[in-house]
Amino acid sequence: MFQYTIRRLISTIPVLIGISLLLFVMLRALPGDPALVLAGQMASPEDIELIRVQLGLDQPIHVQYAKFMSRLAVLDLGRSARTQNPVMEEIWARLPNTFLLATTAITLACLLGIPAGIVAAVKPYTRVDYLVTSFSLFGISMPVFWLGLMLVVVFSVTLQWLPAGGIGTWKHVVLPTVTLASFVVAFIARMTRSSMMEVLSQDYITTARSKGLMEKVVIVKHALRNALIPIITVVGLQFGSLLGGAVLTETVFAWPGMGRLIVDSILARDYPMIQGSILIFGLLYILVNLIVDLIYAYVDPRIHYD
Amino acid sequence: MAFPSSKEELRKEKMQDSDRQPNGTKGASESQFRKGLAKLLRNRMAVFGGILILGYLVTALLAPVLYPGNPSAPNLMRSLERPSLEHPLGTDELGRSILGRVIYGSRVSLMISIGVVCVGLLVGVPLGLVSGYYGGKVDFILQRITDMLLAFPGFLLALALVAILGVGINNTVISIGISMVPIYIRLVRGCVLSVREQVYVEAARAVGTRDLKILKRHILPNVMVPIIVQTSLGMGTAILFAAGLGFLGIGVQPPTPEWGAMLGSGRGYIFNSPHVATFPGIAIFLAVLGFNLLGDGLRDALDPRSKI
Amino acid sequence: MSGGALLSIRDLRVWFRVYEGVAAAVDGVDLEVGRGETLGLVGESGCGKSVTAMSILRLLPSPPAQIQGIVQFQGVNLLKLTAEEIRKIRGGSISMIFQEPMTSLNPLLTIGEQISEAIVLHQGLDRQEAWQRAVDMLSRVQIPSPEARAREYPHKLSGGMRQRAMIAMALSCHPQLLLADEPTTALDVTIQAQIMDLMQKLREEMQASILLITHNLGLIAEMAKRVVVMYAGKVVEEAPVEDLFREPLHPYTQGLLGSVPVIGRKFQQGRKQLQEIPGIVPSIFQMPRGCRFHPRCPRVMDICGREEPPMVWVGDTRRVLCWLWH
Repeated sequence: MFQYTIRRLISTIPVLIGISLLLFVMLRALPGDPALVLAGQMASPEDIELIRVQLGLDQPIHVQYAKFMSRLAVLDLGRSARTQNPVMEEIWARLPNTFLLATTAITLACLLGIPAGIVAAVKPYTRVDYLVTSFSLFGISMPVFWLGLMLVVVFSVTLQWLPAGGIGTWKHVVLPTVTLASFVVAFIARMTRSSMMEVLSQDYITTARSKGLMEKVVIVKHALRNALIPIITVVGLQFGSLLGGAVLTETVFAWPGMGRLIVDSILARDYPMIQGSILIFGLLYILVNLIVDLIYAYVDPRIHYD
Repeated sequence: MAFPSSKEELRKEKMQDSDRQPNGTKGASESQFRKGLAKLLRNRMAVFGGILILGYLVTALLAPVLYPGNPSAPNLMRSLERPSLEHPLGTDELGRSILGRVIYGSRVSLMISIGVVCVGLLVGVPLGLVSGYYGGKVDFILQRITDMLLAFPGFLLALALVAILGVGINNTVISIGISMVPIYIRLVRGCVLSVREQVYVEAARAVGTRDLKILKRHILPNVMVPIIVQTSLGMGTAILFAAGLGFLGIGVQPPTPEWGAMLGSGRGYIFNSPHVATFPGIAIFLAVLGFNLLGDGLRDALDPRSKI
Repeated sequence: MSGGALLSIRDLRVWFRVYEGVAAAVDGVDLEVGRGETLGLVGESGCGKSVTAMSILRLLPSPPAQIQGIVQFQGVNLLKLTAEEIRKIRGGSISMIFQEPMTSLNPLLTIGEQISEAIVLHQGLDRQEAWQRAVDMLSRVQIPSPEARAREYPHKLSGGMRQRAMIAMALSCHPQLLLADEPTTALDVTIQAQIMDLMQKLREEMQASILLITHNLGLIAEMAKRVVVMYAGKVVEEAPVEDLFREPLHPYTQGLLGSVPVIGRKFQQGRKQLQEIPGIVPSIFQMPRGCRFHPRCPRVMDICGREEPPMVWVGDTRRVLCWLWH
């Protein structure tokens, strides 16, 4: 198990290097002069040249890359062109917020979605099943940002129970979490349902029943345990994507998180920030994937460690 | 009433062995399409989805008929009016009829989603076929690139591409299209890999059939089904992504009416004029719902191994 | 022969309502299993033999499946029991083993755990004792190093070992009747013989009866005392095993036995091709009128296509569903 962990960790390195290379190339290839952007409109040619030297843009490309990678290794991602603060600092300020949102949303989604999916799978084609299936379909078809806005209209404008945006108290967390969770609940419910149905049609379930076990035991001990494995993967991946993909929700609720950071820096052409935040996000996502793989290997005895 | 799950019981009696093999010849797949179509039409949800999509297509195609006049022409005297007889969905901040903009918006999103799916298909399917069929170094490199692209959630990838390419409708199509390519590559490759192992393909090669012919005759028909399902779902996803980019202001640019952009600009007025943001969202929802229902129905109807 | 029978099935009908119509998988089956005997149930794929066995323990999901008839066991009609009552029977007095050892065991639970489950349930032992019992059973089915094996997961075992584990699981609570649905079909030929010998031995030791379902006639010849032949959802012949092989009465049985390749037969009877029964099994939605086998029968008569044949007793121990014997 330990060796497997090490091996998986090592296999992520090429992907990380690949991403950083890709980013490096992409951003250098962008139209526009980074030095100009950094210097601002009012700068004189000498200032721009100074910044260019500072950024190392006058060096040959492979030297630039080497410098880039060496700074990357110590997580020095440069400074934001917008705020002049170190990129890492800005990210570090926002990451916990995104983390909070993602965690509460995933938890809510699992608490609602998994039981719903199980019930739907155990009683297929009944009213309960149609209810769950319909709600899930609605959930994945609804634009998240629209749902957020509608919730704001109802709960903030009309009922005035909850704030429309920002961060601070637990009240601020409710609406963004519900909005974000809507898609995930639907997705998880669907996956749970199909995974359970797949498992329930397996031969070993018939065997379990033929031993005279109570249906409850068959469902929980035999079926659910097997069905949860692919669901773990899905939940993990959803969590990973929520870390950076909550862009739209964060925008609607003015939530200071990673997603908004990425979008704002894209709109402002803040290249160091774009680069840094996408890189960090990539790192986190790969990390989450890795953890999911490890959990998977731990839970499923069929995984061979070679 | 239909009891589809009892098909599993019949399966236990091995009644329909021949139905469960992948298609070896074109003839078999044609009758399977017809059977699949019949099954699809029986699925009420899928039919409902089809109706939604039909409505969407009709609206898009007949937009000038349904709303004569320029949907983007501002009329500041009439801005932010509530829904009335004259403007059934009200007007936005520039006094334009929201109904008109929603109708014309369907054109925009239809064009975008068709464009996106075309990009995905034209790039993803051939790459997937090549990667799966020939394997080796080509496959390895393609798969590493796909891994990297799939390392990001789709929307974020599209967002990053827009950052590079710039805003506007064309770049929206390209960005979302590219973010969809790896999905098609994986899908097609997986299908090709499983079909390639079938004995009848081995037999065809042993007889000396040329690769292109094998691809066309044996592999493609089997790959069609997941591609069709994915395309329907992909159209829905494209609409959502385009709307998301529009909402953030980095998709389709004003004054072109795009549902997401309408939501984005309407956001500032939700306190007093919530109708501006409400109706475009409903339009997005219905269109995406239609594609999802149809996609699900297609999957159930055409996949012989589907257990749902 | 109903006096001393352990299990007595009368007029069993099982059908499924599907979109395409009503599929009658089992259409009026009678059979009996005596104490301590092995009854062979033979037929092609799709003739209804598995469905018959699954109906005994009511393992068919009930909304699509409708079951009617009498399944008499220990004085009770199993089809009329409540869910709780039938659960007591399953794994306790009647247990079942299945065709695919690869997929019939839960991949996430150890072998020992899966065997102990039934023991804890039916014999009320605690987990330690049940585990010990499970290990004992594993050694009785001749699995080497049973303590180690019990702690392993199914995927670590070979097909033959898994089937032995399944047998251990089924016999762990000393059932009176074992339903064996194609127990060796998925195994290598050499392993098949071992498993069959094992089952024979255990049956004698435990004084149990076996309902052996298979399409393998060789197995029947080795193991069964009496044989019931099914075709298209109906019983077409029943006989003691030697009588059936020596002198099959129903044309279908004759066809089945005739189609088994025998070394040397070609020269004996001058035949160059494998003999087969012409035609195919009828679709479950379009059964032929009259006798279901008549379109394929080499000895078909006029009446066969018009009316269904009656079940005819030939002597005390044989019966056949055919106009030829009327």
